[in-house]
Amino acid sequence: MTIAVRTRPSLRFRGKSFLALVLAPEVPLRDWLEDLDEVAKRSPGFFSGRPIIADVSALKPSKSELKFFLAALKMRDIRIIGLEGAAAAVLDADMPATVNGGRQAGDIDFPDLDAVALPATPAPPPAPVTALLVEGSVRSGQSIIHTEGDVTILGSVASGAEIVAGGSIHIYGALRGRAIAGCTGQSSARIFCRKFEAELIAIDGLYKTADDLGPKFHGQPIQVNLDGDSIILTTLD
Amino acid sequence: MAKVLVVTSGKGGVGKTTSTAALGGALAQSGEKVVVIDFDVGLRNLDLVMGAERRVVFDLINVVQGDAKLNQALIRDKRIENLSLLPASQTRDKDALTEEGVARVLADLKQKFDWIICDSPAGIERGATLAMRHADVAVVVTNPEVSSVRDSDRIIGLLDSKTEKAENGERVEKHLLLTRYDPVRAERGEMLKVDDVLEILSIPLLGIIPESEEVLRASNVGSPVTLNNPGSAPGRAYFDAARRLKGESVEMTIPSDKKGLLGKLFGRRAA
Ligand SMILES: Nc1ncnc2c1ncn2[C@@H]1O[C@H](COP(=O)(O)OP(=O)(O)OP(=O)(O)O)[C@@H](O)[C@H]1O
Ligand SMILES: [Mg+2]
Repeated sequence: MTIAVRTRPSLRFRGKSFLALVLAPEVPLRDWLEDLDEVAKRSPGFFSGRPIIADVSALKPSKSELKFFLAALKMRDIRIIGLEGAAAAVLDADMPATVNGGRQAGDIDFPDLDAVALPATPAPPPAPVTALLVEGSVRSGQSIIHTEGDVTILGSVASGAEIVAGGSIHIYGALRGRAIAGCTGQSSARIFCRKFEAELIAIDGLYKTADDLGPKFHGQPIQVNLDGDSIILTTLD
Repeated sequence: MAKVLVVTSGKGGVGKTTSTAALGGALAQSGEKVVVIDFDVGLRNLDLVMGAERRVVFDLINVVQGDAKLNQALIRDKRIENLSLLPASQTRDKDALTEEGVARVLADLKQKFDWIICDSPAGIERGATLAMRHADVAVVVTNPEVSSVRDSDRIIGLLDSKTEKAENGERVEKHLLLTRYDPVRAERGEMLKVDDVLEILSIPLLGIIPESEEVLRASNVGSPVTLNNPGSAPGRAYFDAARRLKGESVEMTIPSDKKGLLGKLFGRRAA
């Protein structure tokens, strides 16, 4: 009998944060587009190479209005990576994805005529390193996302719940859902839990599912860390 | 003080309506003034299980919209006078229920009853969130299988975040009611065991209702099992659960209709 061992190429998911420029068109749209053209004329290339999000909440566009607006941006070579504030009903599969929940970073001033060119990506303010403590359990369907540092859960993480941390994840109860540590590229991040029944674990974009892991560590107190490109599980104590 | 209790689950068909009627019947028989409300707009069931389907004239939505007075819509049970039903509408859309309207009706009911038991629809949509919105106490009905347990976990998360109590920084008192439990199948590993479910959900256990054909028999004659056959296994289990709801401490057992071999050998405990 032969046992086929399937090795799969490791697929990585990485998080990266950018300061996105948010364009928030106003009504009447025609006037707003004229202003936009004015900016583009004064500082050519201002919009190129930047992640740009369009916040259309003031526009409250219908589907055709939104299509028109997106076409108007395309004509000006402005590429949108995400849409904010559009009703679900007006969205199409070929439109940019919707985004929400970004953190405010203040207004970016448009450069005036004789100002020096802005650096392509303004440096994001240094994120304070903070730990997040969750007193209870994380229930199915809930997701805790904390890209700034470690996450500690005093209870359990249910099947269908997920924790995403920039740093390490510490779970004092059972891990039955997903734990995604080091999501902003921190390969030294670790995952700890008192009872391991996870659906998925990931560190710095490398992941393993319950199927990959088999029953060996099921129910045990576990530490997960990364050694090069492999995910290592060890039982605690 | 009147208590608003929601019977909820996430997953459908696990026994919410059965439990609403049975707990209502048990609490009413112990002298409490009880009203059961059907929040399952468009798929009403509670009137059937309570045997009142031919007596429905006005419903919750009529009262919420001010088309009928509360007293016109309440249906008093023919068997126990301190048990009433506020039916749902079968024809209307659930969007007709507004949060303020529901709050107003519940406030009125609190003047008249000790327990207001809300039978939630399945799911996590508007109907279910409205039913739990103003609850003081929640009974989370769960079957011993993974999908039901996970949906209950989801509902517990909503009870902790989307209710009026949660938004005021208080807590909805939560209880687990494990229904359709079959000890033999659990022992064989075909169902989750009580401890497995408790460990995952980690909320206090209100009762274990065994799988029993008495439940179907009772609903076929339009009666809560606690009225139709109070001595049956599910009947006794619901009575115990009702006493725990009132704060009494009752030893946790899984009542059984059939006496197994052990039951026959050790039928009575020596005095
Ligand atoms: N303990 C039990 N033993 C046997 N059958 C049961 C038991 N509890 C409920 N049932 C049966 O399960 C079915 C579903 O019950 P019920 O209508 O109370 O569930 P529900 O959660 O209200 O459903 P829905 O989500 O559709 O409102 C019914 O046929 C009922 O008779
Ligand atoms: Mg029902």
